[in-house]
Amino acid sequence: MIQVGLGHFLVVGTLLFTLGVVCVITRRNAVAILIGIELMLNASGLNLIAFSHYNNKAVEGSVFVLFVIVLAAAEAAVAMALILAIKRRLRTIDVDQTSSLRG
Amino acid sequence: MQQFNILWLIPFFPLMGAFVNGAFGKKLQRRFGEKIINVIGVTLPWLSFVIAVFAFIKLRGLSEGEFLSDHLWTWVAVGQFHVDLAFSMDSLSAMMALIVTFVGSLIHVYSIGYMHDDESYWRFFSYLNLFMFSMLTLILADNLLLMFVGWEGVGLCSYLLIGFWYKDLNNAKAGMKAFVVNRIGDFGFLIGFFILFWGLGGSWTANGYHVAGTFSLNFHELPELVAGIGDKLLWGVPIATLVALFFFVGATGKSAQIPLYIWLPDAMAGPTPVSALIHAATMVTAGVYMIARMNFLYILSPAAMTVVAMVGAATALFAATIGCFQNDIKKVLAYSTVSQLGYMFIGVGVGAFWAGSYHLLTHAFFKACLFLGAGSVIMAMHHEQDMRKMGGLGKVMPITRWTYWVACVAISGFPIAAGFFSKDEILWKAFDSGVLLVPGWLPWLLGFVAAGLTSFYMFRSYFLTFTGDLPEAHGHEPEEQRPVVTGVLVMLAAGAVILSFVGLPKLWMGAEPALEQFLAPVFEAAEHLPSAGHGHGTEWIMMLLSVGIAFVGMGSAWWLYRGRSNPLPERLKQRFAGIHRVVYNKYYVDEAYHATAVRGFMGTSRLCSWFDVKVIDGLVNGAGTFTRAFAWIDGAIDKYLVDGLVNLIARMVRFCGARVRRIQTGRLPAYLAGLVTGAVVLVVLTRFLMDLYS
Repeated sequence: MIQVGLGHFLVVGTLLFTLGVVCVITRRNAVAILIGIELMLNASGLNLIAFSHYNNKAVEGSVFVLFVIVLAAAEAAVAMALILAIKRRLRTIDVDQTSSLRG
Repeated sequence: MQQFNILWLIPFFPLMGAFVNGAFGKKLQRRFGEKIINVIGVTLPWLSFVIAVFAFIKLRGLSEGEFLSDHLWTWVAVGQFHVDLAFSMDSLSAMMALIVTFVGSLIHVYSIGYMHDDESYWRFFSYLNLFMFSMLTLILADNLLLMFVGWEGVGLCSYLLIGFWYKDLNNAKAGMKAFVVNRIGDFGFLIGFFILFWGLGGSWTANGYHVAGTFSLNFHELPELVAGIGDKLLWGVPIATLVALFFFVGATGKSAQIPLYIWLPDAMAGPTPVSALIHAATMVTAGVYMIARMNFLYILSPAAMTVVAMVGAATALFAATIGCFQNDIKKVLAYSTVSQLGYMFIGVGVGAFWAGSYHLLTHAFFKACLFLGAGSVIMAMHHEQDMRKMGGLGKVMPITRWTYWVACVAISGFPIAAGFFSKDEILWKAFDSGVLLVPGWLPWLLGFVAAGLTSFYMFRSYFLTFTGDLPEAHGHEPEEQRPVVTGVLVMLAAGAVILSFVGLPKLWMGAEPALEQFLAPVFEAAEHLPSAGHGHGTEWIMMLLSVGIAFVGMGSAWWLYRGRSNPLPERLKQRFAGIHRVVYNKYYVDEAYHATAVRGFMGTSRLCSWFDVKVIDGLVNGAGTFTRAFAWIDGAIDKYLVDGLVNLIARMVRFCGARVRRIQTGRLPAYLAGLVTGAVVLVVLTRFLMDLYS
């Protein structure tokens, strides 16, 4: 039986983060980008929990993650509101077409 | 010196009239008609006359040598020198003031008739009142400076009134000529003024400049001061002579003597009442008055007196010859005025100041009467002034005719009217004179011949105008004028006769004439002038000769022109065509002046103009061009250098901005890609740097 250690958590976290980055960069749907951001946040949360667990079972990491989750919820609410506003105004949420801020 | 506080009202009333009519006359006339103008313009001079009479009565009551004075305020006060604005009245100025206010007011009355229906009626009375003010200031002035104010004022009014009908170019030109010629005389007067001023101011001694103790231009202090500078020289000439001569230059301008008489005949372009008042009775006598007033100066210089007397005598004869050949009735009277003024200058020139003043007085009356008579004729003839086109007017205008006749008798010197006594006194004093540098018979002879000519041309004008047949009527028959006109004529003619009584000669009465006694205090300095010492017999002979030549003149006029029927004048004219042409054209003096003085002056003016245009303007324009070139360079620096730098910075910023803006695509994935790339680079970099420093 394979002992599950810190390294496994880190690999999963890295994979999760990479997936999030790729999702953010490649997807054109604003909601999908938001999802990618959530993935990255959770990847970093997983890392924090893992480091915290393997560091004498400290609780600071878990507290951080609780904050991150709350913030992520707030962030998602704000971002969704923005996306809805963009949708209403421009009739699209394709980020390639919402380029009116081009210099 | 007696204070008389209402003396200032004499000049003030006409000034007020001039102001009211000048400022509001146009509206008043439109609103109320000519009557209101009369009420202002004619009443005020009469008020002046009334006050002048009061002053005269008061003056008679004073002891001899006293005079009335009215000090208003101090005008100039510099160091010891001070001039008052003050009026004073001694016997000479009393006589003048009475003449000016009385004759002047009569002529104002006459003007009501003459100027009737003129569109500028108000303007005429305003000018005429202004003239009265100036003349009265001249007369009543307490000092030389104030007198000069009046002197210039009458010149101005003369100009305004000659050019009264200024819409006719000739009238405007005549006014200008009068003004310019007068200015030449006034310039002489001013120079005399300055020299006198310099002479009175003090003198250089071995110890430097010594300022005079008293320094005044007051007429009552001047005699003493002037006597004190008798030995002072300027350019090797005694100051008294120099000042007297320069003053006389002023007098020749104002009083129309050779060589500055030329303006007076042209001045007849003005309305006839103006000719009568200004150019016969009053203003032109200002020169005589001035010399009589400055008698204490003239007696210091026999040379100046000789010049005055001889110029006067020459003018008397010269103008009389021209007068014989003129056809315009007013021109005849104009030359006659010049000639009579010449007599006055003989009088004051030989030291018979009272006789000159007496002639001034009588002349004011008979010449005003003649002019106004001529004006009456001109009105009747509908502004025809050529005597050749008149004739027979005596039948329809009896009052004008007989007053004209009386004035002719007076001016010609028949011993029933005032002219005889004044003129004869002058001629006798000239003959008997011992002060001149030339023998006394010389001015006498010139004056004597002129007297004969005077008689001739005056009666010539009388016969041509009033005898013979009426000319063919041009629509209206000539008729006698309104009573405002004829009444004035009668009063003036009466004056010309009645004034005989103030000058009846000593030879007849055994006592000095009343006027001579009255004026004696003013001419105190001239009392002891030497005479040639001819006896009473000679005086009687002279008197008879004068009457004789007057008869000769009148007789020849009667023979040649009575009834306009004798053909001899025409034949003589053809026979002596050359002489007639020269004299008829006034000896071509105007043309000579034009060819020399006027053209010379114009040439100088053109030269100055050329200099102004080419040199002065060139300099100014050169400075302008230089400034412009400099400004152009300055502008170029500003535009290309300073603005260039500023623009360069802006362009650079813009250039960079254009390059940098490319990365601002507005596309979210691109930004994110940049973000990620940056993060990766940072991580890698950090990794390497950690290796580097660990």
